[in-house]
Amino acid sequence: MPRTLFGKIWDAHLVARRADGRELIYIDRHVLHELHAPHAFEQLEKQNRPVRRPDLTFSMQDHTVATKPGRDDTTNPSGAAFLKAMRDGSRRNGITLFDIDDPEQGISHVVAPELGMVLPGATHAVPDSHASTVGGLGALAFGCGTTELAHILATQVMALQRPKRMRVTLDGRLAPHVTAKDVALRIIAELGVAGARGHVVEYTGAAVRAMPIESRMTLCNLNIEMGGRSGFVAPDDDAFTWIAGRPYAPKGPLWDRALAHWRTLASDDGATFDREHMLDCSTLEPQITWGTDPSQVLDISGRVPDPAALDHGRRPAAESALAYMGLAPGTPLVGLPVDRVFIGSCTNSRLPDLKAAADVVRGRHVAAGVIAMVVPGSSTVKREAEAAGLDRVFRDAGFFWGESGCSMCAGGNGDRGAPGERCVSTTNRNFEHRQGPKVRTHLVSPETAAATAIAGRIADVRRLRSGQA
Amino acid sequence: MQPFIRHTGIAVPLLKDDINTDQIAPVQAMRALKPDYRKLLFMRARRRDDGSEDPDFVLNRPQFREPGILVTGHNFGAGSSREAAVWGMLANNIRVIVARSFADIYRENCLQNGLLPIVLEPKQADEFQARVLAVDGAAPFTVDLEAQRINGPDTDITFDLPAADRMRLIEGLDDIGLTLKHHDDIAGWERRMAADQPWLQAATDSRR
Repeated sequence: MPRTLFGKIWDAHLVARRADGRELIYIDRHVLHELHAPHAFEQLEKQNRPVRRPDLTFSMQDHTVATKPGRDDTTNPSGAAFLKAMRDGSRRNGITLFDIDDPEQGISHVVAPELGMVLPGATHAVPDSHASTVGGLGALAFGCGTTELAHILATQVMALQRPKRMRVTLDGRLAPHVTAKDVALRIIAELGVAGARGHVVEYTGAAVRAMPIESRMTLCNLNIEMGGRSGFVAPDDDAFTWIAGRPYAPKGPLWDRALAHWRTLASDDGATFDREHMLDCSTLEPQITWGTDPSQVLDISGRVPDPAALDHGRRPAAESALAYMGLAPGTPLVGLPVDRVFIGSCTNSRLPDLKAAADVVRGRHVAAGVIAMVVPGSSTVKREAEAAGLDRVFRDAGFFWGESGCSMCAGGNGDRGAPGERCVSTTNRNFEHRQGPKVRTHLVSPETAAATAIAGRIADVRRLRSGQA
Repeated sequence: MQPFIRHTGIAVPLLKDDINTDQIAPVQAMRALKPDYRKLLFMRARRRDDGSEDPDFVLNRPQFREPGILVTGHNFGAGSSREAAVWGMLANNIRVIVARSFADIYRENCLQNGLLPIVLEPKQADEFQARVLAVDGAAPFTVDLEAQRINGPDTDITFDLPAADRMRLIEGLDDIGLTLKHHDDIAGWERRMAADQPWLQAATDSRR
């Protein structure tokens, strides 16, 4: 019987079926962060249980680290206790830590693939809902809570119910300045914030194949915003080339063996999925959210919808979103003044994201009164961007150029907007108060964010780039 | 884990869809390793702009100040995986959530903490919601997991929880202990994989 790639990876990692019917799935790589791991270390120590495989576990300091140049534990005072607990817990348990001053520190979802910890066909867990970012390399990743995290530390398996399968086929070719972020936002708009609940999503089609690995990561990163349990792209030669030579990737004869196996990682012809969704990407424009959940999305040239025109069930949420966002029905988003622009987060902070934004910014200046920030996803990305001169492009234009971390995505490190500010952001959630009390967030691609910072108003990057801004 | 057999409490109607974990447990409320979980629950919705309590928010209304059961809409607990969004419920003695549906990770976090996540059939959900609104906190409801029944004033509704989840909650099973019964299976899998796909069983930095 033809099998899905999900089914192949799942079955290869199925250790046993537990007495309560749950399936024990082996976790090949477990990556922790300091916002949740300290509580799990404490739980385990109370139970007097050791970490089973510290050698397959890695600790990152990302959620609470300050982004200010020259930062240390004290720069964000409320993060200090988390950083210390993470440091101590990792040391006690023999887990390799990428500390605040490590040259390879960064957001877990950026660092793990960039160091080659993530491999095609491997399973991966992070106590964070954006774990499936690494699905861009063909890994099957699960986000989990703190108690599940302790469970993985003690056993190296997750006790899961087998999810359903869904396939999202992305056809066509993306127009210039239309990115994976725009594709993902359009999918979420079509399927809704719970559209993939209970499902593992395989992204496929010509548009996905044409995407560089970093873009596939952006696509898979946003899978949770439609409720997906996990999401991935079957690995191909682009993925293998991307991984080759990275520090934790296999080398020599082992690489050849791994590669031979990885080439088998695809859904069989005729494999069936519980759900299918198709999107023609060739006519897609840059996308932007207008509301307070990631499914409230418009074409950049669009106008804010009238709740009265929406179906009855969606009306109250739309009305409350418009009130929070300070928008009237029928308003075009392009031209709306903004206070703040943020480029970063596990969604859009890899080198190609920063390059694309820098290409828009080069030779221009951030509009007066706008606070604009770029926070690279890892210290490695930061170093590479600096080697390419991108930091100068951003700094000369008036952007803040920060140290890497999660920063304004959730504001856990103190980077937040002021009440009432309108913030255009490359992050993943436009929930109320997420980027600061009463901050109004619009989610966009790095290019749209860069164009907006320059214009001081929400901008269509296609017009800025063609000189019609 | 504290076993769940039955729970009696005031049922609070918070009848919205897609309530996310940023609303349930704002990240800004988690700035200490041990925050006040009782206070952080719906912290923003509880207060008005001037910091005073919002009397219109349902959990601030006098009859709902000591809640026991939360009644809500679709996709409850969407967003982040933060378990504080469950710990905040327990700190307020909310041990049952009756939703139209749950976000996957949130539901898992409930089961890990002895918080009972109930999804009723649509007809029963409508009926229960109407009862909760009519009772308006004047009398408690009792949720019996063994019988899979919700009882209260003029209320007798059955629900269904998968047997596996029911067993775990009723017996308050130590989840890690349950898994470690398969210790030999795990060790066997590791041995097999070390031979078949050795790159998965070793994660070392080739530069060191």
